[in-house]
Amino acid sequence: MECVLELRGVSKHYPGHHAVNGVSLNLARGEFFSLLGPSGCGKTTTLRLVAGFEEPTSGEIRLNGSSIQHLKPYQRNVSTVFQNYALFPHLTVRDNVEFGLRRRSGNHIETQVRDVLDLVQLAGKESRRPAQLSGGERQRVALARSLVLAPDVLLLDEPLSALDPNLRKQVRAELKAIQRRVGITFLFVTHDQEEALSLSDRLGVMNKGRLEQLGTPEEIYLRPSTRFVASFLGAVNWIGDVGVRPEAMRIERAPSSNGHRSRPATIVHSTFLGNCVHVDTRLSDGEPAVVEISRLGDTFAPGESVHLWWEPADELRFDELRQFDELHL
Amino acid sequence: MNRLRAWFLAPTWTVNIVLFLAPLAIILGYSFLTRGVYGGITAPWTAESYQRLIDPIYLAILWRSFWVAGASTALCLLLGFPLALFISRAGRHKNFYLGLVMLPFWTSFLVRTYAWMFLLRDTGLLNTFLQKLGFIHTPLPLLYNDGAVILGLVYGYLPFTVLPLYATLERLDRTLLEAAADLGAKPWATLTRVTIPLSAPGIRAGAILVFIPCLGAYLTPDLLGGGKSVMIGNLIQNQFTTARDWPFGSAVSLVLMAIVMVLLFVIARGEGEGLL
Repeated sequence: MECVLELRGVSKHYPGHHAVNGVSLNLARGEFFSLLGPSGCGKTTTLRLVAGFEEPTSGEIRLNGSSIQHLKPYQRNVSTVFQNYALFPHLTVRDNVEFGLRRRSGNHIETQVRDVLDLVQLAGKESRRPAQLSGGERQRVALARSLVLAPDVLLLDEPLSALDPNLRKQVRAELKAIQRRVGITFLFVTHDQEEALSLSDRLGVMNKGRLEQLGTPEEIYLRPSTRFVASFLGAVNWIGDVGVRPEAMRIERAPSSNGHRSRPATIVHSTFLGNCVHVDTRLSDGEPAVVEISRLGDTFAPGESVHLWWEPADELRFDELRQFDELHL
Repeated sequence: MNRLRAWFLAPTWTVNIVLFLAPLAIILGYSFLTRGVYGGITAPWTAESYQRLIDPIYLAILWRSFWVAGASTALCLLLGFPLALFISRAGRHKNFYLGLVMLPFWTSFLVRTYAWMFLLRDTGLLNTFLQKLGFIHTPLPLLYNDGAVILGLVYGYLPFTVLPLYATLERLDRTLLEAAADLGAKPWATLTRVTIPLSAPGIRAGAILVFIPCLGAYLTPDLLGGGKSVMIGNLIQNQFTTARDWPFGSAVSLVLMAIVMVLLFVIARGEGEGLL
């Protein structure tokens, strides 16, 4: 795969705070890559380093093979979709989209603007001001304004977080469809694991300025390399040294003994969630464990004594050294 | 509730009626009367004062007032904008710089204008200095001209542009500037395409706050213009003192006020339609 963006040991230190700490990653051309992590993990700072709003303290950022970390934002062929969209309030939709094109010397501006507005389904709203648009429409103007410049990498800073939850899923699907169609590399920053899992070809999980794990959504969800990654992407029950996802656990009234792992537990509470049921239990050693079961199966009453079991293959195990690292840093 | 409201508004109404509306009504009445021999007014009612206004001499003064006030406003904006931009980005030193902008207000405007006379006159600091250094042999005509008046007005009213400009620039969403750079705009393009258009409210407020008092300025043209650069304010003052023509002075005052009100109305209309 052709590498379009490369970060080599990139760090950004502020006085008393390491926002980004030695991050290295490669983005293949046309890839949808997400940086996932809790707020303050350094994912937005990483994005801003690529955009050029901040300069790295150390490390190298390469775009199409050449170093760009000392270039100004307007000298880099990357473009950002901001969290609050940052549309120019004094300009119409058309002028917003044309803004970048007019900064370059190029022809066919009108055709390009028409095409991109068709792509994001905003045709007919060219003369509106941002204040006259809905949240979803503003988001699409921001997208169009960047896409029309055909950047090597499109940087998206939590672009869906300002939308209401119902709209978010729909826009998510549209975003993925647009990305496939234009074939531009997307670097997408989010704290929403569902968003990252559903959109990305590959993703990186960040924590405290470090990149904890890189991989496909399946790899990261099924084989998290650290406890942090395991618990940030989905729920985990910690049983001794291993983790087990709630959906990988089963509840039986009688102890199971055919090669499974099994633990006695007491039912605490059941929560009906529509498509499934979450059962809160307490293991014999007092630790809580949540089990996700089908709403079609058995129901369990609080106080009932049961046995939890799971396949050894579904256990999440972690590199001891890495855990040691985590505890002492 | 309404009663409380009335009580709270009473002081403002009293001040406005007694100190503003009533005197204005008196001036309106005076402007339609005949001048008394030793000042004051006498019968009969007449519109003569208004007819005299179209005399080219007075129109020239009116024109000069607009020209001087306009030039002063433009210069204030030109000097005030970069300053306000600088202060709005000065981080924790903002208040210190704002304090410096306000500092001249601690001294009387009159004293400060006299200070400019000492600097600019033929035997003043500047001319003496330049002569001693041998750059010039005869003093430069720095005082008693339009240039000196504009200088004095810009000096006096600069803070009134800096403050509203600062207030707008301070609130300007920084991500918009980042977005502009991100879309390929060099700093100058960001300034002209984003920063300046978005500070239109501050520019408008600053321009109004400077232009209107400059238009009616009296002290600065009197001291720094020395009777050679007469503005409408001096004309009005002159009518009430040496010329002893109160009706004409009143008429000029009202015309000036009417012009200002029309201007403000036009600006407000333009603002509402997003033209300005």
